[in-house]
Amino acid sequence: MSRIQKRFDWLKSKSEKALVAFITAGDPDLATTQELFSAIEEGGADIIELGVPFSDPLADGPVIQAASQRSLKSGTTLKKIIQLVHDIRQSSQLPIVLMTSFNPVFVYGQEAFVKDSVEAGVDGVIIPDLPPEEAEDFDALAQAQALDVVYLLAPTSTPDRIEMVGAKSRGFIYYVSLTGVTGARDALGKGVEEKVTRIKQATSLPVLIGFGISGPEQAKAASGFSDGVIVGSAIVRMIEETPEPAERKEKLKVFVRGMKQSLQDCK
Amino acid sequence: MSTPTLPDRSGHFGEFGGKFVIETLMPALGELEKLYNEARNDPEFQKQLKFYLEHYVGRPSPLYFAQNLTRQLGGAKIYLKREDLNHTGAHKINNTIGSALLTQRMGKKRVIAETGAGQHGVATATAAALFDLECDVFMGEEDIRRQSLNVFRMKLLGARVIPVSSGTRTLKDATSEAIRNWITTVEDTHYIIGSVVGPHPFPMIVRDFQRIIGDETRKQIQEAEGRLPDALVACVGGGSNSMGLFYPFVEDREVKMIGVEAAGHGIETGKHGASLGHGAVGILHGMKSYLLFDADGQITEAHSISAGLDYPGVGAEHSHFKDSKRAEYASITDKEALEGFKLLSRSEGIIPALESSHAIAHVAKVAPKMKKSEIIVICLSGRGDKDVNQVADFLEEEL
Repeated sequence: MSRIQKRFDWLKSKSEKALVAFITAGDPDLATTQELFSAIEEGGADIIELGVPFSDPLADGPVIQAASQRSLKSGTTLKKIIQLVHDIRQSSQLPIVLMTSFNPVFVYGQEAFVKDSVEAGVDGVIIPDLPPEEAEDFDALAQAQALDVVYLLAPTSTPDRIEMVGAKSRGFIYYVSLTGVTGARDALGKGVEEKVTRIKQATSLPVLIGFGISGPEQAKAASGFSDGVIVGSAIVRMIEETPEPAERKEKLKVFVRGMKQSLQDCK
Repeated sequence: MSTPTLPDRSGHFGEFGGKFVIETLMPALGELEKLYNEARNDPEFQKQLKFYLEHYVGRPSPLYFAQNLTRQLGGAKIYLKREDLNHTGAHKINNTIGSALLTQRMGKKRVIAETGAGQHGVATATAAALFDLECDVFMGEEDIRRQSLNVFRMKLLGARVIPVSSGTRTLKDATSEAIRNWITTVEDTHYIIGSVVGPHPFPMIVRDFQRIIGDETRKQIQEAEGRLPDALVACVGGGSNSMGLFYPFVEDREVKMIGVEAAGHGIETGKHGASLGHGAVGILHGMKSYLLFDADGQITEAHSISAGLDYPGVGAEHSHFKDSKRAEYASITDKEALEGFKLLSRSEGIIPALESSHAIAHVAKVAPKMKKSEIIVICLSGRGDKDVNQVADFLEEEL
């Protein structure tokens, strides 16, 4: 059983919902990412999503775009990120998901990427600009190596696309809670509950809500009808605004713990 | 006249093209394709389009025999397809009129566009004014500096010009920002993309609206010469004017198609915009195509004296033409393009856009080696008024 599935089974047994914490790998450098990984794990996140920096991330708002730029400036590459996962795996069994634009993967070589990622201990990948229609090759390679490919659904998704993505996605489904790019928002978008409820009727996979989630109140609200939340820009901004390393780690740990607490005691 | 049936049902030109976008946009792309196919087969839509192209844009544009240039180069007969004479001064309006009509048909009230040189921005702002649509144009800060005249024109036409400060602050980043805005506003906004790039069905739609260049050329050259030309030459940034000229000739294997990319400071310097000639296959802006990127897949900066060719990618169908060897692609440096700019100005009294000057410069190299009985058609995609200040800066010592 995969680490991701194990985690969801465990969460279910404890009546908890999942917290996925996103950081851009290499922001501002990879040594910091390793430090922050521990802080997030200690804070109680269930899955860590490592963002692979890209020069032109089309689904990202200004906060994560800027993180990508900082990361690229310090010389981060996909190869080094996979090496980092390998290093982290020596001491952690927390599920790790990579989120990346498709071009870095395509240029790395799809087969080599899947092989190297799995060997390093990556559990899943999210590639926003690779919808199922374009993913035939990648999907087959990933499936052969038991690497979960997580697909996205959005407020604009039609019933037939919900069926299709529900059937193709593995690990979980990433529900993009708003019609827009990544970035912290104050409240959950309208119609999220209705849409997620429809998606859950179409699939047995966990459905997590991301894009715009910034604090415990939204997480609490989302926990009522989904299987958890993904928080990204709020964390990335905190990292950006806190240059002092010890303070940064502590702040992050406290934030993650607060988020996680809002996802406990869910029936 | 028969033309190949690409893209295929999934939006691919051979291995290129496709829809590499976030789920949020997938339903809109599907709807756009359906709506476009209905419009394409609707005589009423075609009638409307024809009306505006004739009476508003001024089509058909002349196919002009450049007698002086031909004599001066001493080889093949050179014809110019005068897209510079269209309303707004470039070929871009062929697409924006069609796309604005599609927007009306969709019932959407707002359009967005990206622009490099500003020609597509002006053409979109023009169509938006004509059809009473709200219009936001994304433009890199570097290009805003280089093309201040076009920025002012867009504002006069009632559009908002939104400066893009991310990345290289040029066409690539303006396109990225336009796509991000579309992800956010897709329910009430149509994205009028300026070239044969982006996710399916955009490359097909823009090609179909631009093919009038080649359709007219075919008819006009038959009238003038009683036969098809030996070669078609056009500049390639994203590749819409060249695709427009080439596409109706795809099946005529005897007609050579030559696209001219920007060699910038020189291919060997690495500062150029020649994605087809010197790039590799990757994924950007929703499509698989030839691109410029580094060993880690990060998109690199393109370089060209002309903002319209300053793009690290190219339309997917051009990539297909390259690999299937149906077209060939050359490149011209900034310096050579300036020579082309001066050459046409002085020989024919026509000041070409810096983009089109790349095609002129290439023809200046190849025409003298061709027979006097052979015929070349150049797509003169735009006029050079917008570039006069920049060229004056470059040529200061000579003026």
